[in-house]
Amino acid sequence: MIRFEHVSKEYPRSGLALQDVSFRLRKAEFCFLTGHSGAGKSTILRLIHMAERPTHGEVHVAGYTSSQVRSREIALLRRKLGFVFQDFRLLPNRTAAENVAFALEVTGVRRGATRIRVSKLLAQVGLASKAESYPVELSGGEQQRVAIARALAHSPMVLLADEPTGNLDERAARGILDLFRSINAAGTAIVMATHDLELIRSVPGSRVIELDHGTVAYDSAAGG
Amino acid sequence: MSYAIREALAAFRRTPALTTLSAIMVALALYVVGLFGISAHNIRLVLEQVESRVQVVAYLRDTAPSDAVELALSEIQEFGEVLDAVYVTREEALEQARRELPEFRMIFAELDVNPLPASFEVQLRPGHRDPATVRAVADRIAAYPFVEQVSFGEEWVNRLFLLRRIAGAAALVVGTAFAVVAIIMIGAAIRLSVFARRDEIEIMRLVGATDGFIRRPFLLEGLVTGLLGAGVALGLTYGTYGILIRSEFRIEWLPNLWAGAGLAAGGLLGVIASSVALRRYLREP
Repeated sequence: MIRFEHVSKEYPRSGLALQDVSFRLRKAEFCFLTGHSGAGKSTILRLIHMAERPTHGEVHVAGYTSSQVRSREIALLRRKLGFVFQDFRLLPNRTAAENVAFALEVTGVRRGATRIRVSKLLAQVGLASKAESYPVELSGGEQQRVAIARALAHSPMVLLADEPTGNLDERAARGILDLFRSINAAGTAIVMATHDLELIRSVPGSRVIELDHGTVAYDSAAGG
Repeated sequence: MSYAIREALAAFRRTPALTTLSAIMVALALYVVGLFGISAHNIRLVLEQVESRVQVVAYLRDTAPSDAVELALSEIQEFGEVLDAVYVTREEALEQARRELPEFRMIFAELDVNPLPASFEVQLRPGHRDPATVRAVADRIAAYPFVEQVSFGEEWVNRLFLLRRIAGAAALVVGTAFAVVAIIMIGAAIRLSVFARRDEIEIMRLVGATDGFIRRPFLLEGLVTGLLGAGVALGLTYGTYGILIRSEFRIEWLPNLWAGAGLAAGGLLGVIASSVALRRYLREP
């Protein structure tokens, strides 16, 4: 489903971010990307949703290949992926329901279908009663739940999460992690970048890829 | 498309201050262009009016045979540059002089003999009133043997033509400068409104919206802002015109074509500015 083949990424100013990285992510896998700041976690996430192209090697995601993908196809690829960020990235002038609906509307889903889907998604993340609240009226944990509901709008194959609990207190972080586990149990693969080892330990059986200076230092599914 | 229309209208509701500011900037930029337009239009009208007085007068000898005069008149009327040519008899000339020069009434009354010659008064077509053409027509008429003298106020025609060229060049330079300033201001206003929504654009791209889909509501918003700004500018220009005509200025309102072109330019500039502003956000994959 996601395959990195000898991928290197070099930036003109900051130099080598990834060096000869290879791994394969299987369907419905729960994978943590870990390592210190600047190890290359976010670069891997950006390569997966093809916001970046590798300098060397190939990235294969859901049937699209980084060296051949066209700009219009990237939009289609992203409908198979979901994104969750540390800073939530909700639109402040839209309600929770409107933020979730936004992901559907901008890809041409009809209004009626959108309304039904948004209700289901907000119920799934436990926020049915906060549909009409604006982000500023929600706690950090609730805002992240809205962001997760938005990421699930297109029933993605993979959910990409960049330090999703980084801005949350321990209780809210635990709630978010439980939500990710239930999403994963329903068949969606998760790729979560984090340097929180506690978080990794709380998902037994998950895959861990540790990065160090742009290379894979450890892969719990070694040989994968 | 319904999404694009809904979003473009929602932008005015969600960020009213920003969209109002953009529309005001567009309006002020185009108001200056409108004021310039109304000035240029009225200067043109005045010059055209003065120019229409350009005429060639050919004074005829008293001995001119009437059939030759008649033939010459019809020939002159056929000149491509000539709008109209009339024959003024000696009596009509005297009558005209009495009417137009009342201060010499006493002198005219004491005349035993009419001293004024008969003449041809030749009006030229618009576009043929420049010094070279006027002189060429005058020379052709002077070639008739019974024409004693031809007069067309050469000095005056030269000055008028020079004035028209200066006005034309000034209109081009100032008009271009105003238009460029307006384009820069409209571009800045729209860029500001697109910049304020860069997070929205980023999220749209992340959730898989195509560039075309992202672009549509912004282009529509640019169009509406541009049209709104141009409409307000037209209203302000009309208000200024209203104040001016009430205070003794005898000026004309812009031709409808110019006003329509102003509106269309506002809308078009809004769309172009949006498209340019969006480009930098849609360039990355």
